[in-house]
Amino acid sequence: MVREQRLAEVFVELADTLVEEFDVVDLLQTLTERCVELVDTDAAGLMLDDQRGNLRLIAHTHESARLLELFELQQREGPCLDCFATGQVIANIDLTDAADRWPVFTRAARDVGFDTSHAVPLRLRRQVIGALNLFSTGRRPLSEEHLAVAQGLADIATIGLLHQRAVRDQVLLSEQLQTALHSRILIEQAKGVLSAQAGTSVEDAFTLMRTHARRSGQPLTTVAAAVVAGHVDAGAFQQAAGPFDGPHSTGNPAAR
Amino acid sequence: MSSRAVRDILSAVQADSRDTEGLPASLVRLCAQTLPVSGVGLALMTDDGPAGTVAATDDGALQLEELQFTLGQGPCVDASRTGRPVLAPDLAGTSTRSWPQFAAGADTAGLRAVFAFPLQVGAIRLGVLDLYRDTAGELSQRELADALSFADAATQLLLDLQAQDSAQGAPPAHAVAVLDDRAEVHQATGVVSVRTGASLAQALALLRARAYAEDRPIGDLARDVLDGVVGFGEADDHD
Repeated sequence: MVREQRLAEVFVELADTLVEEFDVVDLLQTLTERCVELVDTDAAGLMLDDQRGNLRLIAHTHESARLLELFELQQREGPCLDCFATGQVIANIDLTDAADRWPVFTRAARDVGFDTSHAVPLRLRRQVIGALNLFSTGRRPLSEEHLAVAQGLADIATIGLLHQRAVRDQVLLSEQLQTALHSRILIEQAKGVLSAQAGTSVEDAFTLMRTHARRSGQPLTTVAAAVVAGHVDAGAFQQAAGPFDGPHSTGNPAAR
Repeated sequence: MSSRAVRDILSAVQADSRDTEGLPASLVRLCAQTLPVSGVGLALMTDDGPAGTVAATDDGALQLEELQFTLGQGPCVDASRTGRPVLAPDLAGTSTRSWPQFAAGADTAGLRAVFAFPLQVGAIRLGVLDLYRDTAGELSQRELADALSFADAATQLLLDLQAQDSAQGAPPAHAVAVLDDRAEVHQATGVVSVRTGASLAQALALLRARAYAEDRPIGDLARDVLDGVVGFGEADDHD
């Protein structure tokens, strides 16, 4: 059962985000984190159509080489790809029994220790622009309620990407998708730069940047750009970090 | 970026050209043949704006590239600055507030549509690929995919040209490997840039050069950099 109070808080958090200026990559990152919190899964990744015929990873929980690999290989085979192609949810995949359908993906997922997976489409009317992929250890089929929450989060991701006008506008869609992909690379570079400057892991560097973005009211991408341009240094971030900051914080202690 | 379409384009471009300097010209030519456009231009970009035309399919395209360079405004300038494509399928109907003089120049040249694709790797700004058309109309989804693949191939070429220029043991252009787009590669680029005091572009060139020299995928090398297994001390990057 999804904890009602937490669901309500997340709903408010996301709605409040969508009506303000927001950074798309930061929103997608937050969605993957809320997903593993609210839905009975252990890891999540969000993949987007890059408009060149590939799915690209844009946000994920857990900075881990093996998890990254698990998403990357789904460009060629896997539930994300199938979900993206059909626009249909693929739920409750039993990874002990999926090798026929997705041999490479299944082996890689089992190697990481996962037993269950799900893929939920990012779709708007008839267009599918990506997929949300979930993994769990243990055989944990999702209840209808959890599946609905996962789809709801995927829908919010879609809205966040296409929040302004009709998706039929090719120019807008392309701008939004390409911007998200470009921002993601910039953020990855910034993670590397900051981790080397601050002597932290890339995961911690990411948290520092997101926290700083929230506290200073700037988009995450802007902070990342400043980091790579050498306009902010590690000291500024570490001073700013405080007891309320972390991946579950909206920056407002009263909201916890 | 590491898709078959980009590899195919680069192979075709290499087959069509005998030397490094000819590769960009070969690419714009192939692009103009593949897509329903009248002309293609490839411009260099820096953080300060246009830095010259690398290649253009014809005088018309060259003129427009030069115009953007001279004016410091135009779809390619916006594309480079924002990091996203500037798609203007109907110049007459487009709001051209940020490039009115360019729009006037394009109109005089008989152009009705422009599609500008930034050539970049995150913060590494390399150039722009401009597609011009004498008729208005959007690119289809398929054509857009092709245009983006050409942009990726052009990005690859510009990275290689840059590396050739800095002579850091760069792979020869004919042995160009398609850039691996994993998160680790971008993170390692940032790390190497801090460790060596080099720009991101130079850091990426260092990574690519070492991956080529050691004959291993750049993704693996990047992983080692992040795990602290491989170093890029200042001593390593000067001949």
